[in-house]
Amino acid sequence: VTQALVNVPAKAKRGEAIEIKTLISHPMETGYRHDTNGAPIPRDIIHTFVARYNGEEVFRADLHPAIAANPFITFFTVATESGVIELTWTLDHGDPVTQTANITVE
Amino acid sequence: MTLAPLREWGEGNPAAVSHSAFFGAATFLMIVCCFNLFAAEISQNDRRSGTAFMTRETQAMQQDDRANPGMLAVLDGEALWKDAPPGAKSCAGCHGDAAASMKGVAARYPAFDPARGRPIDLEQRINLCRSERQHAPPLSWETRELNALTAYVANQSRGMPITAGTDERIRPFVEAGRALFNRRQGQLDLSCAQCHDDNWGKHLAGSVVPQAHPTGYPEYRLEWQSIGSLQRRLRSCTFGVRAEPLAYGAPEQVDLELYLMWRARGMPLETPAVRP
Repeated sequence: VTQALVNVPAKAKRGEAIEIKTLISHPMETGYRHDTNGAPIPRDIIHTFVARYNGEEVFRADLHPAIAANPFITFFTVATESGVIELTWTLDHGDPVTQTANITVE
Repeated sequence: MTLAPLREWGEGNPAAVSHSAFFGAATFLMIVCCFNLFAAEISQNDRRSGTAFMTRETQAMQQDDRANPGMLAVLDGEALWKDAPPGAKSCAGCHGDAAASMKGVAARYPAFDPARGRPIDLEQRINLCRSERQHAPPLSWETRELNALTAYVANQSRGMPITAGTDERIRPFVEAGRALFNRRQGQLDLSCAQCHDDNWGKHLAGSVVPQAHPTGYPEYRLEWQSIGSLQRRLRSCTFGVRAEPLAYGAPEQVDLELYLMWRARGMPLETPAVRP
């Protein structure tokens, strides 16, 4: 079960730089390891992370096998207007994980 | 990872050889001067949680519930708490809201189990509940589910003082754990106490030797990239001194867990802790 924790300020002033912190549970299996029988363990990582602010993409990251399990991604954006911040993690296997948070801009 | 220290000590260093006589004498003097400090238990006022030995960055990670990766396991455990195995009640079905029913429970574990006549730890308690009440197969050690449920239950006692080991019936097991803690073992011929009572605060390779207070289990180790139990930690330490690790759930493991919890009595529980 994939769990995600996001930290988006509930309120911000217009024009203020806000920090968004995200944490998601994922093994980030590199694809370079072998099991005890010598069989390769297939790669299973989160390969893309995208943040949209009222539908507009404000941040994107490509993730690679060297990134540790349970990636913690944090970034800044400018609070423009009230609305929804939508965060999406795209996985090698399984459906993308999406979390949303509301922000009020005064 | 635990192999690293020996590799580093084992490599020949000419400088170390030429100074060995000096260091030998210095070590001898140090041993003579500090003899009364050796093999002594840490006084109550000098006890410090592993958190105090970490970098500020790792401390900040632990203290922010939205940055602490151990909280992912707590969330996972909350879902499992409400999730019923086929044909049985969920944990919540009997115990209700964990915030009320599980508050303080982890602080008194390992606790005496009258049916078995010996202490059991929190993981074993959860598995007994599963097999005896829910009639479900027990969860294997170090599985995502068992660590998550344990982390969720233990998180309800965060901030509460540890009270394990105060039960009179449990005293002999605390003493058995203490004997194990002080027993030299493995190819390195080291006891737990030689590092964690006598040399805490100093460095082993690049890492600070902490006092070994199990205040935050199950905890998230950055080295493991996952949450893990106290038994896993004890097994890695045993492996580190080149001794044969005890099996998961072995009575001696639980005695040692119990002694460590009793040794940390009164200290606040921090589950889920983050450690380097």
